[in-house]
Amino acid sequence: MRKSTTLNLGTGTFVLLGFAALFFLTTQTTSRGISLGSTPHYNLTAKFDNIGDLKVGAPVSMSGVEMGRVTKITFDSKEYKAVVTMRMDARYTQIPTDSDAAIYTQGLLGGKFIGITAGGADTYLKDGSQVDFTQSAFVLENLIGQVLANFTKSSAAPDSGNAKAGASAAPETKTTEKAK
Amino acid sequence: MNLIKELWTSLFESLVGLGSVVRFLLRLIAVSPRALLRIDLIGQQVFNSGALSLVIIMLSGLFVGMVLGLQGFQLLQRFGSEEALGTAATIGLVKELGPVVTALLFAGRAGTALASELGLMRATDQLSAMEMMAVDPIQRVVLPRFLGGVIAMPLLAAIFSVIGIYGAQLIGVQIMGVNSGSFWSQMRSAVSLSDINEGIVKSCIFGVACSLIAVYEGYYATPTAEGVGRATTRTVVTSAVVILFFDYLITAAFL
Repeated sequence: MRKSTTLNLGTGTFVLLGFAALFFLTTQTTSRGISLGSTPHYNLTAKFDNIGDLKVGAPVSMSGVEMGRVTKITFDSKEYKAVVTMRMDARYTQIPTDSDAAIYTQGLLGGKFIGITAGGADTYLKDGSQVDFTQSAFVLENLIGQVLANFTKSSAAPDSGNAKAGASAAPETKTTEKAK
Repeated sequence: MNLIKELWTSLFESLVGLGSVVRFLLRLIAVSPRALLRIDLIGQQVFNSGALSLVIIMLSGLFVGMVLGLQGFQLLQRFGSEEALGTAATIGLVKELGPVVTALLFAGRAGTALASELGLMRATDQLSAMEMMAVDPIQRVVLPRFLGGVIAMPLLAAIFSVIGIYGAQLIGVQIMGVNSGSFWSQMRSAVSLSDINEGIVKSCIFGVACSLIAVYEGYYATPTAEGVGRATTRTVVTSAVVILFFDYLITAAFL
């Protein structure tokens, strides 16, 4: 009797652990996750012209500190913009209403995340309010396209000299730097 | 001429061996519905090959995860993308290292135990005694051990992967200072359910292969002390080769 109890206990523990591990793998490491226990939070939205490859679950940070996650990405068919819903931790409620949200890349190969830069207003964003000032994702292809366009322009008119080509390229790089 | 003849014989023998393993598997499948009546026997074998392997699996998982954390961090840092460590470690563990290392350890820990146990039963005529009493040894002894291993293996692989992920997290986040939020969120956005499925399919197939090889080698062991020893050795060697071969096949199939 005693022996069979230990046997059952051992088998039970093992099977339970095994299925708990399978459950963890399927729900906690993939995007189809079920969030266990919800911490107090509030939602913000922001409209972007282009979100690049921003994904649901991407961090939202301010000064490098993570303050929330992207929970939903939808499309506004009237304005042709992406609407990003962010779930912010309730600890960080003092985000000025004129703050701006920009999409950055983590490292060189990393995923996209949203960085919020504080504005100067005295009123703070509340649950459901929208961040009005946004900057789109920096899309590498667009930049390459612009550079290539410049190259073809300058090589199409070789007689006009390098100085002119350089001059036409200069404002272009300035604007892309601003976009960054 | 002699060489060709020898080569031919060994090829012939391995074909015969393969055929008899497959026939053994079919025989096991044929009697498996009747074995479900004695579910307690299967439970006992799940304990023997699963629960008793838990400690070695968890320890190995932790160290494999920690090594992945260190190596992955070192490599990813060169490209300035240490945040991808969670993704790299999880995909590496769930798809490859989890099932393969678990299966190799399983063959060493549980497979050898099965093979030597059955081999010794054969050597001491216990299996023949059962047959004399009209008890089918395949149904009573071999099948519960086989099914126990088949059930235990995927669970062990899942435990290995989870412990490994925490090992990588321990090194990456706590020691190397990767941001904990990006570690988990990048993992969640990059790991898809099909990656997990691949790992589960692999560990199930490895479970069948390892258990089958172990019980086959044990059941057909030469009934001598030397024969039992050889059966145990062959279990480990064959299992390792078969696991790595199937690993390649399944990976190619999933791509």
